[in-house]
Amino acid sequence: MRRRLPAALLGAGMALLLVAGPTLACGGLIGPNGAVNLLRTTTFAGYHDGVEHYVTAFQFQGGGGAFGSITPLPGVPSSVEKGGDWTLQRLIRETDPPVSRVSLDFLAAQSAGAEVLMQVRIDALDVTVLKGGAADVGQWASQHGFRLPPDAPEVLDFYAKRSPIFLAAVFDADAAQQRGQAIGDGTPVHITIPTPNPWVPIRILGLGKTADARVDADVYLLTDHQPALLPTPTGSNGMNLDNSEQASQSLLNDLRSDSGMGWVPTDGWLTKIAIDADAPQLSYDLAIDASGQGVPSWVQAGLEMPVQIKLVDQTTTIRALLAAILAIGVLILVLQLGRMAGPRMTNPA
Amino acid sequence: MSRNRARLALGAGLVALVLAAGAAAVALAGRPVATPATAITIEIKYSHFNPSAITVPVGVPVTITLVNDDPIDHEWIIGDDAIQQKHRTGTELLHPVRPTEQVIPALSTRVTTITFDHPAQWKYICHLPGHEAYGMVGVADIVR
Repeated sequence: MRRRLPAALLGAGMALLLVAGPTLACGGLIGPNGAVNLLRTTTFAGYHDGVEHYVTAFQFQGGGGAFGSITPLPGVPSSVEKGGDWTLQRLIRETDPPVSRVSLDFLAAQSAGAEVLMQVRIDALDVTVLKGGAADVGQWASQHGFRLPPDAPEVLDFYAKRSPIFLAAVFDADAAQQRGQAIGDGTPVHITIPTPNPWVPIRILGLGKTADARVDADVYLLTDHQPALLPTPTGSNGMNLDNSEQASQSLLNDLRSDSGMGWVPTDGWLTKIAIDADAPQLSYDLAIDASGQGVPSWVQAGLEMPVQIKLVDQTTTIRALLAAILAIGVLILVLQLGRMAGPRMTNPA
Repeated sequence: MSRNRARLALGAGLVALVLAAGAAAVALAGRPVATPATAITIEIKYSHFNPSAITVPVGVPVTITLVNDDPIDHEWIIGDDAIQQKHRTGTELLHPVRPTEQVIPALSTRVTTITFDHPAQWKYICHLPGHEAYGMVGVADIVR
């Protein structure tokens, strides 16, 4: 039996939703015309017992047709389900008491050559979890009528090299209307991902944005210990550490009482990171070491790529060959010159 | 003594010659040839043209191979400013039969042959939404 938050709290959450703009959390939103237009987004990433719980919401913004988004994931989800009713709103209320902005959303894409790992229908959302490379994701998106923005090939490659798992969500606005969803109604999605260490995709937030566009987003983390983050939020790098403290019991109790949130521990550390950056500034992801060891991964942060065997291309081979021939030629000539310039043995007269 | 000097000079000359030849070979292997070419391959990767500058001759057929390594569609429209402006504001989705206006579907290759009839400096651009602003622009020098 689902427990409910007091009506007052729920009302506060709904009010926040009603004033929220079109949003998407930690996913790249792709419209049929390639347009991307996001306002502020909110994402929650909780990590406990080796499992990352990712909660975000997809918000109906009116209109018709379909649109979708792409979210890279750190691993293969064990489940994708409808999220709780108030988790995100309750988090916002914890760190930004009665304010007027909210929300979130997310997800999306896949590809023709991609392996479909999971398909789930959540309200008007068609969610597909895919395993594949950037080309697969791009092909899938094209085949489903979406036009990826020009930066998509590079951004998707950035993720696929580290984790070839993507979550594609297609939001059917016509179905939403038929379901009676009103503009502003959100569909929360809860993704459960077993992973040694969590990370949150940040660079994807800039997908499709022009160089002068801004990215505003809130990322909430709930971990057993105070996490070590990479990059460290400094403000100048587009990330601000807005909150870092032991989570209150009232917050934990409220979160635990939401649907699907029974995993929330009795103790935890709440971190809130506000992203306020120019889109090109977001060239990284947020790596989290929640173990208490204080060593977040540079690879997970996207600051370095996994070690790979490099194939030498033809041009490189030709250059190396020419350089080797040149070096040998010079060596031979220098030796020859040395012999000519040195003392010569002559026969005595 | 003078024989040794002559040998030294000959050796030094040979060293200089080898160095110059080697440097030229290395340089040629690493950069596109700036002389007019009648067969050119342009690779598209991460929504950029490579090379982003080509030199082609007037009056002879030039075969251009367009290799799209991206998982999204691209265009290659070559022409003067008027042509480019037309495509910036146009609504035509496909350019199927014009050698100078190619659509290259995702992860595919297209080959086109063009005979340029006068010297000019044209651009080649992808006019899909946002692509030109993202940097999908190249320059074609058409020379005699």
